[in-house]
Amino acid sequence: MAEVKEKVPRQKMPEQDPGVRKRNFKEVPLGYPAETAILEAGRCLQCKTPGCSKGCPVGIDIPGFIKEIASKNFEAGIAKLKEQNALPAVCGRVCPQESQCEGGCILGKKGESVAIGRLERFLADWERNEGKVKLPNIPAPTGKRVAVVGSGPSGLTVAGDLCLKGHDVTVFEAFHKPGGVLLYGIPEFRLPKDILFAEINYLERLGVKFEVNSVVGKVVSLEELFAEGYQAIYVAVGAGLPYFLGVPGENLIGVYSANEYLTRSNLMKAYLFPEYDTPLVRGKNVIVVGAGNVAMDSARTAMRMGADTVKIVYRRSREEMPARAEEIHHAEEEGIELFLLTNPVRFMGDADGRLTTVECQKMELGEPDASGRRRPVPIEGAFFTMPTDLAVISVGAGANPLLTSTTPALSLNKRGYIVAQAETGKTTMKGVWAGGDIVTGMATVIQAMGAGKQAAASMHAYLTMGW
Amino acid sequence: MYKILSKRELAQGTVVENVISAPRIAKKAKPGQFVILRVNETGERIPLTMADTDPDKGTITLIYQVVGKTTALMKSLGVGDGYQDIAGPLGKPTHIEKVGTVVCIGGGTGIAVLHPITRALKEAGNKVYALCGARTKDLLIMEDAMAAASTECTLCTDDGSCGYHGFGTDLLKQILDREKVDLVVGIGPVPMMKFVCAVTKPYNVKTLVSLNAIMVDGTGMCGCCRATVGGKTQFACVDGPEFDGHQVDFDELAKRLRGYSDMERQSMELFEHKCSCK
Repeated sequence: MAEVKEKVPRQKMPEQDPGVRKRNFKEVPLGYPAETAILEAGRCLQCKTPGCSKGCPVGIDIPGFIKEIASKNFEAGIAKLKEQNALPAVCGRVCPQESQCEGGCILGKKGESVAIGRLERFLADWERNEGKVKLPNIPAPTGKRVAVVGSGPSGLTVAGDLCLKGHDVTVFEAFHKPGGVLLYGIPEFRLPKDILFAEINYLERLGVKFEVNSVVGKVVSLEELFAEGYQAIYVAVGAGLPYFLGVPGENLIGVYSANEYLTRSNLMKAYLFPEYDTPLVRGKNVIVVGAGNVAMDSARTAMRMGADTVKIVYRRSREEMPARAEEIHHAEEEGIELFLLTNPVRFMGDADGRLTTVECQKMELGEPDASGRRRPVPIEGAFFTMPTDLAVISVGAGANPLLTSTTPALSLNKRGYIVAQAETGKTTMKGVWAGGDIVTGMATVIQAMGAGKQAAASMHAYLTMGW
Repeated sequence: MYKILSKRELAQGTVVENVISAPRIAKKAKPGQFVILRVNETGERIPLTMADTDPDKGTITLIYQVVGKTTALMKSLGVGDGYQDIAGPLGKPTHIEKVGTVVCIGGGTGIAVLHPITRALKEAGNKVYALCGARTKDLLIMEDAMAAASTECTLCTDDGSCGYHGFGTDLLKQILDREKVDLVVGIGPVPMMKFVCAVTKPYNVKTLVSLNAIMVDGTGMCGCCRATVGGKTQFACVDGPEFDGHQVDFDELAKRLRGYSDMERQSMELFEHKCSCK
């Protein structure tokens, strides 16, 4: 039996052709057909002590749901998946599986790991497309009210988990639609918004309430939420303060933070202008500064907006690029160029204040720095310019002080992030938990969800037993 | 949905006042703060500073000039209609304290923004001169409200059709020459605010301006509204909207405000075309 299994290779994901997809916003990977999923699921060795589940921040019983796929029992498979994860269609698409579940797969030691992420996505898509979405049994109401601040992946996880415990959960979102970074940050071609809204709709059907346009810290404080009758609060407002480079010319028209560029495109649907009202500069020669996943999303968006050239400009080398290998691969397939060991030093514009040119300096790698990566060192005199009419700065984000600055009882670290206990998410303010990027700094969707999971367990214990 | 409770055209049909039901915002809003509004599902998010609030009735008052598609769309809505989204109150409130003598100088719809600030400064015990200007009489707004909110209110028009014939900055200069002024608040179009700051600079009088930058989220998350103040980049939405006018790079602000003018024109033409086809 084992021999047969080894002969089946890791099943390829059908994808839109790069030449076509680089000009449309439709999803890139098309998803496994059922027979492919069954074939792929059959590769799983059903390890007694599975390495995959250990690598999952939300602790999904991975061999369990894969076994159900292999035996064509999709309904049981999705039920198993949803025991631990309320957002499988999202996670199956955006998790960095290679460094988590798939990284722990025994098959990966010698050959290729089981395509766990693709199988997760398959089950979630199957359930949604077949109209099989079922609501689990929800216990009798406990009468306890919970406020969740922020509707990103961490907040949604807490909301789902606590709703399933019978608590009355309201999620407050500053924007006009829930989803957080899943909505404003991740582009349609990686995470179609219909799918996100379906996942949010599932939470609403569980009983989660959403209050949009609610900037907590401005329209209502945490103290006032307690006064309104909420007994526990989860703060998951994300790391929403974009970093810029601090070089001359950065306020020219055509220079954006990745947050702004992606928010205009994703949340406001600027790529559908003029059907949608929000405008966005359509660059012909685009540079994206930085090399993380957000940079890849920005570069690929610019290409889809009709750019002639899109360059990733990064001061270190390919080895240090923080983006997932798959994202870099997809970007390169779509014609995005990598300008490595290159650092922008100045933006220049015309009389109207529009960006026309970027000046860069070549770099070389020196000794390792505090992050353990080799420090990029400027090469003296090695300057060059490039014509550029759109530059997206994607060099990370810091802690947004909007809520924390109005909540003195929350202790912050020196970088402005909320201090929270590692195992529980408890903050220094009674009845308040925190998790996701506002605690850790910019991280992944699934890490934020993992923090939510832990916090939800701790909050449930508090609501039933006390602080 | 945020319902429109009243609608009034203030000036030649181009300046409109809406009283809108928004109880949570009304309860919290302070002078100088703004909201972000989205008219409908396909709409953009625009910042508007509140001209007034009534916490008891749960209403906020917005005054806007029709300058493009979004404001034209807003004007097409009547009492009983509503705006899909309004988020706020955003930005730092005006720092209100008793300083002595204050001149509040407003131009165009900037007067609407200036109104609650003027009233609060007077209520704090200041002697408040209000100078309200517009191109012509028909474009002048809130004359009575500003008279009530200030100690002494003077109107002026560029063409002399109402009040003093000339710029408000002429009157500002007269007051500065005449008596000691402790604070000037100037709110209006960018060239006007720039001019106000140029006038007050030699007198070394602290001058506050309110920057009407383009915004998206209004919570410091995107940096769209960045402006150079004192040589440093500041976000108008969270660091402002009010800044020390003597430190503001108005030329950069003016350019950034024109950043999307081509697309705005295209949007407006499509909208007008659609309207005329009805």
